[in-house]
Amino acid sequence: MDEPTNLFAQQDANRRRTRWLVVLFIAFFAWLGFGGDWILYELTRGAPPNAYRHAFPWMGMVLTGFAAILAAFSWKTGPTRVLWSAGAREIETPSGDEETRLVNVVEEMAIASGLPRPRIWLIGDTDPNAFATGLDAEHAHIAVTEGLVTLLSRDELQAVIAHEMGHVKNLDVRLMTFLAALVGAVALLSDGVGRMLRGGARVGSFSGGRSRSKKNLGPLVLVLLVLWLLSWLLAPMVTRLLALGVSRKREFLADAMSAQFTRNPLALASALEKIEHADAPTLTIKHGSAHLCIADPLGRKSSLREGKLADIFGTHPPMAIRVAKLKAMGYQEKKRLA
Amino acid sequence: MGFIALLIVLALLVFWLIGAYNGLIGLKNQVANAWKQIDVQLKRRHDLIPNLVSTVKGAMQFERETLEAVVAARNQAIKVQQTPGVHVGQTAAAESQLTGALGRLLAVVEAYPDLKATGNVGQLQEELTSTENKIAFARQLYNDTATQYNTKQQQFPTNLVAGMANASPAELWEITNEAERAVPNVDLSFGNTPRTST
Repeated sequence: MDEPTNLFAQQDANRRRTRWLVVLFIAFFAWLGFGGDWILYELTRGAPPNAYRHAFPWMGMVLTGFAAILAAFSWKTGPTRVLWSAGAREIETPSGDEETRLVNVVEEMAIASGLPRPRIWLIGDTDPNAFATGLDAEHAHIAVTEGLVTLLSRDELQAVIAHEMGHVKNLDVRLMTFLAALVGAVALLSDGVGRMLRGGARVGSFSGGRSRSKKNLGPLVLVLLVLWLLSWLLAPMVTRLLALGVSRKREFLADAMSAQFTRNPLALASALEKIEHADAPTLTIKHGSAHLCIADPLGRKSSLREGKLADIFGTHPPMAIRVAKLKAMGYQEKKRLA
Repeated sequence: MGFIALLIVLALLVFWLIGAYNGLIGLKNQVANAWKQIDVQLKRRHDLIPNLVSTVKGAMQFERETLEAVVAARNQAIKVQQTPGVHVGQTAAAESQLTGALGRLLAVVEAYPDLKATGNVGQLQEELTSTENKIAFARQLYNDTATQYNTKQQQFPTNLVAGMANASPAELWEITNEAERAVPNVDLSFGNTPRTST
């Protein structure tokens, strides 16, 4: 029973990381904006009196405000957008035996974890997978694919749902959902900006921007310009890397919490094995929310390996290690009971 | 200087006192809440039984005793639940009677393939499995929380505040009935065994 300290530490860490994410996100956009202002200011400083001088940093102010609004919007709509992008439909009144069983199992795990019952969503995909989303335990959602419901036994389904309730309870869902929403927003934005930059370059060459000799561009401005353009290009990659970095270790903790809720680690072990052997990628779940799932929906190789590089690029720890840990837990319990 | 140091120590002591006291009260409420969860699930089980009995009654004329045992155990359990100031142990005993009777009934149902094939019975089985699981998990949560609470109020130095917070050890829900520990392979269609661990 040393779980609670772990749990609270994890909750705190998730709250802290979410705050940092907001700060970093807004700071990054502030740099994109004010950096541009600075470069323009340096460029137009020596301009003749009647020409344009960039003195008021409107780009920075607009982009910072924009980032704040985007972060607030991602926060508010994150869970709905994640569910929407997976094409999930909510089970309000269960119809059929399988849906009834799913709803019952979720209710059981809500009781075991001492949390309110999350809303339940079904994804029309035959590949078994599941994820949880939401900003806190009171407004949580659990989504599973139809493949998961048909493939797993009741015990195994229970273990998978317990794993997801673990993510809900230790507030992983908050960080991960927010991150997913930001990844989506930034990807969309960088597409738009890329188009704009290409258009802008053409306009620039038209208006005779070359009249000023390159000597006037100090090295500082050049370095700034390069850094600034790089930031624009790298923004989507940075956010995606962030998403990869956060999720690996927390799968182990959620596995342990599943075992604590069901007292049946072997059920999760066999569920994970079944999920892994159904090798097809989960088509309905896109890149942006891959880190939310119980098993890597993209079936990437890096999720199978150990090591530093895999730690950076894989969203999930190797299945074999997770299964081995769960089995060890299970056998310990059996020995204790015998 | 010495006065300031004394003041700091005193302030720290007060902060610790408040923290420990609130911690105990928080746990106490959690225990009470966990118990309420059990109560809700027990009531669900009691409400489910008449339905179950009426569904299988027609087909089980010759198993009258089993059915009657279930009904009797249910009535007894309801009576205990409604007694004001009832102990955890009394509830546990009455409910374990009911669990045992239900286990036997479902084992009998298993023996009649025709009965099992009726859609109604299949649904009831899932309902019953789920209810049994919910009771087991609510009990698990209650026992975990109660253990945490009990440990906290016995541990030094929190035990010094226990009297002030009016904390007394919460009674655990023990499984006394050996039959209940061993039996309940209640579910017949999904290959599931409800948890009986504490």
